[in-house]
Amino acid sequence: MIWYIGRRLLQMIPVFLGATLIVYLMAFASSGDPIAAIAGDKPISPAVQQALREQYNLDKPVLVQWLIYLGNVVQGDFGVGFNGRPIMDQIVAAFPVTIRLALIAVVIETIFGVIAGVIAGLKKGTIFDTTLLMLSLVVIAVPTFVIGFTAQFVLGVKLGVVQINVGRDPSWENLLLPGFVLGAVSFAYVLRLTRTSVAEVATADHVRTATAKGLSRGGVITKHILRNSLIPVVTYIGADLGALMGGAIVTERIFNINGIGSLLFRAINAGESPMIVSLVTLLVIIFLLANLIVDLLYAVLDPRIRYAQ
Amino acid sequence: MTSTTPLLEISDLEITFSTSSGPVQAVRGASLAVYPGETVAIVGESGSGKSTTAMSIARLLPKNGAVTGGSIRFGGKDITSVPTREILALRGSEIGLVPQDPMSNLNPMWKVGSQITEALAANNVARGSAARKRTVELLEEAGLPDAARRAGQYPHEFSGGMKQRALIAMGLAARPKLLIADEPTSALDVTVQQQILDHLDSLTTELGVAVLLITHDLGLAAERAQHLVVMYKGQIVESGPALEILQSPQHPYTKRLIAAAPSLASRRLVSVKERERVVEQAQAHAAAAHAATDAQAPETGPAAADAQSPASDVVIRVENLTKDFPIRGSVPWRSTPFRAVDDVSFDLERGTTTAIVGESGSGKSTVAQMVLKLLEPTSGRVLYEGKDVTTYRGAELKSLRRRVQPIFQNPYGTLDPMYSIYRTIEEPLRLHGIGDAKSREAKVRDLLDKVALPAEMMRRYPNELSGGQRQRIAIARALALDPEVVVCDEAVSALDVLVQAQVLELLNDLQAELGLSYIFITHDLAVVRQIADRTLVMEKGRVVEQGATEDVFHSPREEYTRRLLGAIPGGSIPLAGAETIDVDVAELDSSADDEPEHAAPAPDEMPYGAFVNPADRPDRRDHGHSGGPIGGAGGEHV
Amino acid sequence: MPSDARSLRPRAEHFVAPLEETPLQAVDAVDTTSAPRSMWGEAFRVLVRNPVFIVSALLILLVLFVSAFPGLLTSQDPTYGVLGRANQGPSAEHPFGTTTQGYDVLARTLYGTRTSVTVGFFTMILSTLIGGTLGALAGYLGGFFDAVLSRITDIFFAVPLILGAIVIGNRVDHVTVWIVVVVLGVFGWTNIARIMRGAVISVKNQDFVTASTALGASRPVILLKHVIPNAIAPVIVTATVNLGVFIVAEATLTFLGVGLPPTSVSWGGDISAAQNALRTQPMMLFYPSMALAITVLSFIMLGDAVRDALDPKARKR
Repeated sequence: MIWYIGRRLLQMIPVFLGATLIVYLMAFASSGDPIAAIAGDKPISPAVQQALREQYNLDKPVLVQWLIYLGNVVQGDFGVGFNGRPIMDQIVAAFPVTIRLALIAVVIETIFGVIAGVIAGLKKGTIFDTTLLMLSLVVIAVPTFVIGFTAQFVLGVKLGVVQINVGRDPSWENLLLPGFVLGAVSFAYVLRLTRTSVAEVATADHVRTATAKGLSRGGVITKHILRNSLIPVVTYIGADLGALMGGAIVTERIFNINGIGSLLFRAINAGESPMIVSLVTLLVIIFLLANLIVDLLYAVLDPRIRYAQ
Repeated sequence: MTSTTPLLEISDLEITFSTSSGPVQAVRGASLAVYPGETVAIVGESGSGKSTTAMSIARLLPKNGAVTGGSIRFGGKDITSVPTREILALRGSEIGLVPQDPMSNLNPMWKVGSQITEALAANNVARGSAARKRTVELLEEAGLPDAARRAGQYPHEFSGGMKQRALIAMGLAARPKLLIADEPTSALDVTVQQQILDHLDSLTTELGVAVLLITHDLGLAAERAQHLVVMYKGQIVESGPALEILQSPQHPYTKRLIAAAPSLASRRLVSVKERERVVEQAQAHAAAAHAATDAQAPETGPAAADAQSPASDVVIRVENLTKDFPIRGSVPWRSTPFRAVDDVSFDLERGTTTAIVGESGSGKSTVAQMVLKLLEPTSGRVLYEGKDVTTYRGAELKSLRRRVQPIFQNPYGTLDPMYSIYRTIEEPLRLHGIGDAKSREAKVRDLLDKVALPAEMMRRYPNELSGGQRQRIAIARALALDPEVVVCDEAVSALDVLVQAQVLELLNDLQAELGLSYIFITHDLAVVRQIADRTLVMEKGRVVEQGATEDVFHSPREEYTRRLLGAIPGGSIPLAGAETIDVDVAELDSSADDEPEHAAPAPDEMPYGAFVNPADRPDRRDHGHSGGPIGGAGGEHV
Repeated sequence: MPSDARSLRPRAEHFVAPLEETPLQAVDAVDTTSAPRSMWGEAFRVLVRNPVFIVSALLILLVLFVSAFPGLLTSQDPTYGVLGRANQGPSAEHPFGTTTQGYDVLARTLYGTRTSVTVGFFTMILSTLIGGTLGALAGYLGGFFDAVLSRITDIFFAVPLILGAIVIGNRVDHVTVWIVVVVLGVFGWTNIARIMRGAVISVKNQDFVTASTALGASRPVILLKHVIPNAIAPVIVTATVNLGVFIVAEATLTFLGVGLPPTSVSWGGDISAAQNALRTQPMMLFYPSMALAITVLSFIMLGDAVRDALDPKARKR
């Protein structure tokens, strides 16, 4: 197992470097003058231009810029935003909300997705299963922002059950609906994955052997079907946590939540490249970490890897 | 329950499966009885319904199967339609199961010991630490060495034989009165099989457990059971005392099975004569063909000097072939070499068959791959007609390939599912630019005819064919380039007994007709006697014994060979007018290991082929235009 | 041979079934009556019987029709917006009403189909070509190539589709449909690559591939003629579902403001514009959303139906 972990860590390094390089190149490889973007509409003197150039390291070759940038990132320095505040501070301020939002989404998707998926998998082919399948298809097909608006409209405007906008410092309650919206698509995927996994395992040989031993149906399900079929689901959910943080951009926009997503959205509108790059890099890092943890989790959960020959 | 009441009585049983193409009757009109303490074997090919019948007893049929007629009585009580909880009570404590495939029947996520402990708890035999203690005892009882430590391990750390022993322990854990053993050893090496079955025999005798043994192997059934039930296409065609059925079978199907089972000592004398005839014709044909090509294209250069004289025409010579594989150790950059093949040498004479026999891990398939130039040897040479072909590459290699062709084991993977049969057989002709479209089609027709398949088969696809038919297509494909040598790598091991007999007979006929030379790889020593002139016995990469087949069978010199011979199921059953395989059991060393150290996955389908009595065999050109369903799904035990 | 003394069976009888009831058939008989069925033929037969397929096929036909001939269903010009007729409710002239900028909602909904289908289709083609090639090479060549190509796949996988597209979209001034196609294609090929790689690896170890090698076929020939045709089934399923995903992605990007410019006709843009009118003009939001949902749903349903048809477990061996 040690070598499994070691190998995964080693593989992560080029991936991390490559991903950050790509993001950086796309953002800064110039096809325009970044100085102008930074300075906005104000005309600036050449001296100021030069100073800015040096500050943002724009006078060096791109690869060197990237390495310097990486070096800073590793130390936690993302540079300064257009509004003068250090990007890192802005991120730290916005982070907790998004984390809470993502956590709610994960909890909802896990609980409902797994339970529904297990039932659908065990009752494959019945009306119940077909209905759930159709539901999951619809949820996947309808984009998150449409779900968000619909939920906002129906529950907020028409029924007045929840607030449409969450405000400055939202409580866990306020984040319930946005979290639900954020996790909707993931819920559908979890449902389908669980369903397929459970249905497959239910027909496996070892399940028949367990039945032949004299175990009750309930015992067979909990001990021989669930444990075997939930590993791929657990690993998917783990990876999803990383992806959700990036996907929050739409949800935060709709519900006016001041999290990372909002930060990113505002940066896009303002064309604030340093902020965009920082946020995307951060999200990529989180995504990679989540995947790594998931891989390790896999090694722990599956004895064939844990006790590999 | 008196001693004359059967423990299990099945009457007129009918089982139906609902499939996407309508209901299918898998079993009908089946009646049999098992008495306390006795062993009853149900014998049949795939699709016979033997497994289905057995599974229905404890209601273990898959979701789409159901008992639609007849009755099942256990311990005098009708259990056909009782509520589920009553069946639950029977499972494990009254009726135990030892399932077929050790690889997939243990839950890989749980420790082996806990799966047995679970059986004890579910049947209220023991719980907690008492159960764990009992688990170790049960594993020891089943013959698992080092049981205490093994109980805490996971299934993937066990070899196939060890897993099977664990499954036996699980099946017997709650001391059932009836044990259903569904092909319990068909996935294992024959020596391991013998050990496990011996052990099972003594255990069940000691415990007074009745055994319902499901098997496709008539020899094994006769050796292990008192009462035999023969099933064919969902019906019972014959049943009675084992020895009586073997010595005087009544139903034509039983007669066919007995004639085809190679492990039974039937017709061996006839087969020796047959072989002589085949070889004679083959060598005559080959010599004529060789002389013709020699006249056309005389050899030049140093190669000619190496060429063999027609008198001892060795077409392939293998010299000191060795192959090492690097095995990744506990540290990634340090790997230990594993010697799969160690200094193997042999000759293949033109027009004859040399068999390489061994269990899993013996290296026989690796030798085949090196002869086929699919694998590079670590050291040693392969000589084709005297020329060293070990270093051939590119165009040379391509032209060599025309002379040596393979046939592989698994009929279900050997044909490209996307290619029509025509395209499959035509492919070699295209690759080597032989002929034009018209002549290629003619050649394909000719080849189909040679393997006794109708020409219209050309437009069909592999998924419509049975295992035996697919294997025949593979033979046709191999012959497309008019090779001189065909390497059969377990080519008949995955086929049903009767189909196997057909294919072996086909191979023999083709050899005589076309002057082919065969290298025949197999783990089945019994088949070897029907088809090979020379035999090599391999163990752990080395050639243990080598010689004329009859010598190896009559006077084996080596311990290991004797052990292999002695393990042939049914080999020692005396039949009228035939010899038995006599091995002095007392001489054998019984403390041998369960498994070879680096067990490769064992062949997973039926191990026995056949040479059919000429009087009995169906004409291989009889395609049976019955318009009925294509021969069974093959390889699947229903 | 087990001793007979153990048996409690009364005098054992030898039962033989009558031959009329248990007739013998020829060994391994060939059925010459039925028509030949290839795997694709069989899969197709299963497919057309699946209600999910039928529904999705009908929907897709509808979508394609609308995207090809939107003019048949409306006489309004989707790019013509006059403030004078803004915020009108449904009327004879504007069955779905008008937007806050005076566009005809029905026209924009219908013409938006073309944009979405174009983006979805071409992105699917591009991503499948890139991913399929890289995945096939990685799986077939193995070793060092596999390691390198897999790391490249991982790198692109690590940059989520939307985020990558955002970064690029931010930089480009005039985003056209084709730029969106390229951007999404460049970031959206990773799942195809992984699936192709997995499928190729499992196919290349099959005996018929070894048989072809033994017949003298070269590696490229085997890859193109044997391996890829057998590996392509799961790729097709994923590509079909991806088509729907890309349509959603384009809509999301345009919604966020980094996709197509507001001047183009896109459902995402319309939905974005409709946000603020949620209370007063819900129709502005509803129709493009419905159209988007239906279009995407039809492709994803198709993908599901195709997967069921190609499922090897459901096929007869």
